[in-house]
Amino acid sequence: MEGRGDGEWGGGASLTERRGGRGRGGSAGALGSPRRTAAMEQAPPDPERQLQPAPLEPLGRSDAGLGVAVDEEAEGAREEGSGGDTMTHNNFWLKKIEISVSEAEKRTGRNAMNMQETYTAYLIETRSVEHTDGQSVLTDSLWRRYSEFELLRNYLLVYYPHIVVPPLPEKRAEFVWHKLSADNMDPDFVERRRIGLENFLLRIASHPILCRDKIFYLFLTQEGNWKETVNETGFQLKADSRLKALNATFRVKNPDKRFTDLKHYSDELQSVISHLLRVRARVADRLYGVYKVHGNYGRVFSEWSAIEKEMGDGLQSAGHHMDVYASSIDDILEDEEHYADQLKEYLFYAEALRAVCRKHELMQYDLEIAAQDLASKKQQCEELATGTVRTFSLKGMTTKLFGQETPEQREARIKVLEEQINEGEQQLKSKNLEGREFVKNAWADIERFKEQKNRDLKEALISYAVMQISMCKKGIQVWTNAKECFSKM
Amino acid sequence: MDMNSFSPMMPTSPLSMINQIKFEDEPDLKDLFITVDEPESHVTTIETFITYRIITKTSRGEFDSSEFEVRRRYQDFLWLKGKLEEAHPTLIIPPLPEKFMVKGMVERFNDDFIETRRKALHKFLNRIADHPTLTFNEDFKIFLTAQAWELSSHKKQGPGLLSRMGQTVRAVASSMRGVKNRPEEFMEMNNFIELFSQKINLIDKISQRIYKEEREYFDELKEYGPIHILWSASEEDLVDILKDVASCIDRCCKATEKRMSGLAEALLPVVHEYVLYSEMLMGVMRRRDQIQAELDSKVEALTYKKADADLLPEEIGKLEDKVECANNALKADWERWKQNMQNDIKLAFTDMAEENIHYYEQCLATWESFLTSQTNLHLEEASEDKP
Repeated sequence: MEGRGDGEWGGGASLTERRGGRGRGGSAGALGSPRRTAAMEQAPPDPERQLQPAPLEPLGRSDAGLGVAVDEEAEGAREEGSGGDTMTHNNFWLKKIEISVSEAEKRTGRNAMNMQETYTAYLIETRSVEHTDGQSVLTDSLWRRYSEFELLRNYLLVYYPHIVVPPLPEKRAEFVWHKLSADNMDPDFVERRRIGLENFLLRIASHPILCRDKIFYLFLTQEGNWKETVNETGFQLKADSRLKALNATFRVKNPDKRFTDLKHYSDELQSVISHLLRVRARVADRLYGVYKVHGNYGRVFSEWSAIEKEMGDGLQSAGHHMDVYASSIDDILEDEEHYADQLKEYLFYAEALRAVCRKHELMQYDLEIAAQDLASKKQQCEELATGTVRTFSLKGMTTKLFGQETPEQREARIKVLEEQINEGEQQLKSKNLEGREFVKNAWADIERFKEQKNRDLKEALISYAVMQISMCKKGIQVWTNAKECFSKM
Repeated sequence: MDMNSFSPMMPTSPLSMINQIKFEDEPDLKDLFITVDEPESHVTTIETFITYRIITKTSRGEFDSSEFEVRRRYQDFLWLKGKLEEAHPTLIIPPLPEKFMVKGMVERFNDDFIETRRKALHKFLNRIADHPTLTFNEDFKIFLTAQAWELSSHKKQGPGLLSRMGQTVRAVASSMRGVKNRPEEFMEMNNFIELFSQKINLIDKISQRIYKEEREYFDELKEYGPIHILWSASEEDLVDILKDVASCIDRCCKATEKRMSGLAEALLPVVHEYVLYSEMLMGVMRRRDQIQAELDSKVEALTYKKADADLLPEEIGKLEDKVECANNALKADWERWKQNMQNDIKLAFTDMAEENIHYYEQCLATWESFLTSQTNLHLEEASEDKP
């Protein structure tokens, strides 16, 4: 079952085989085992296509019949929000690609105010994997800094308000315990951020809708001018103002209950994970103390062994094991930091959930206002027609003050109102439709998100258990060795 | 009363019982069993103090009875120690626990302090009982057996406080001279004592610090488990796994508590006792040096033909005997002490290692069973999914 597109997709791209079955490569797994591959649309840049993102449609999506072959697994998966199988169904060529953020480099440059600044740049490499032999070929490689990732995310938030957009790793180190520095230039922090950024890109690439976005594609492939390209979309103008959103939150009368519940859930999620991370950091700090103090035994035992004839050897070698024990905590806590990062990702996801809820509230509020407006105009019209004045209007006031208007004037006004009412009814209809579409699509993505979250958190908790087991095994070994030395004293 | 039976009331833990048996010289011939327990507070108009009950069981002929029960306070122990030092200046007398808490405490008599002191006093008396010479000391016998009024009147005999103080001052002054002529073997002994004292003090500090860090870790860990339960309230699909994780953490918490108490029981008191011993040893060296100094000053007097030249040779003869006795007593006791020290330290650290191994084994078992149950769950779910 191969779909071959040509014609519409001119551009000199080589035809590639279509993947049947699940296009998604790699699991939405934990950070520790990065999901490196993702099936993604590898549409070649089509110079004829214009960049015109529509609010609910991702860029570059083509509905035109390019010979879609129907895959058995994909029933009804033509719609957007239904999971990974969508990709197999579209009309594009699918190739497995690997994305990695492989290096980080300190750089200096000049900022917008022409002042010198230091920042870190990250190398993003994209490889395509040949189906037949599994070999990967480097197709693109470019450097990006954190602010460009932020720009990408802000763009996605505006154009996909119904999607739970994957979060970025933290900008500044939080929930630190004493050993980790809160410095953004600290190599451990940079390393963990590198992994977080890679994870961010992989999440987007394995999202059935986001992966097809053109700006995302360009982010991976077009180094120069990308920022300008994003800004040209004018997405900043399309963004809803925070004030408007806040207003809507307070005044909306009938939001969908599911979204209200979701908002509460996201607040709880954020609060409980923050608490967990804080306590974890304190526990880590204390554990560090316990291990490190044992290191002092090493030194003292060694000095003591100098004056002991019989006990000397035992003391000396026991001391060595105490040193081993004390230094083992560094790796143990480093691993735990990765676990903390997995939890942090879901901490930040809470905000993404809230963003979708806010958009719903805004749309719902908009709808309610439009309906209200329409109702009031209808009423005005009715009053004018029947001559009764029930609603207050400025015209009504002036009429009372300055005398009645002529029938012609009244007719004219009724006409205007009727036009407005018509328009209003059309708008209301389309807003309603929009609203329903939004709820449907958003809810589909939220379901997808929930499954992803349950999988990921389960995996994270299991990986935590695995870490504890490894720590215990190391402990048993060191103390068994030490005990042997002591008993030989 | 059967001399081989241990009263069930004897509050000895298995570890400290082994300690008792271990530092005996002749395990088969132990015929004096002492326990210290039941601290009681006494309030008078002048002061408040604690007394401890001391039960002695013995088969020795020189004791009037086979079982004795008396109450003593810390002051009485101090008196006993003073008498033993007086009678045997160059023997290594076991140390007493400190008079006051090292870190200023608001309440002098808190429960932990009393318990720690009680255990140390118990050890003190048993060490004396096991010492080949000290065990037959008369004041020791009176301490164990006399009623309160008998002890008071006995205490009043013998050199008073002032004369004892005067002795101490002379001792310090003359010991300086003793140092110069110290024989080689005692120089070595002194070096050892100095270094040992340094090291054991450091180990004491390190061990106390470890206990403190473990306690703080335990306090934080107690809060960690319950957060997972809190979280499970908002996650339908993750309720079970979160609750399981919480219970694993709680079990590890209990294991931590056990490890801490094991440390407090097996390691800390032993190390601390040897810190006090090292101070004792320095006192013993000083007394030995002082005895030698007495001899040396008489010899000097003879050499430079100072007063009473006729009496001197006899005095010197006596002093020479005294010095020889003192040195021999110290030498023998030193070997015995060193042997005990090695055994005690070895045992204490082995116990510490054992506690840690046990701790990690418990935690390992907890997490492994969690993992197994998750794997089983996963397999169950997988088989349910199959059409």
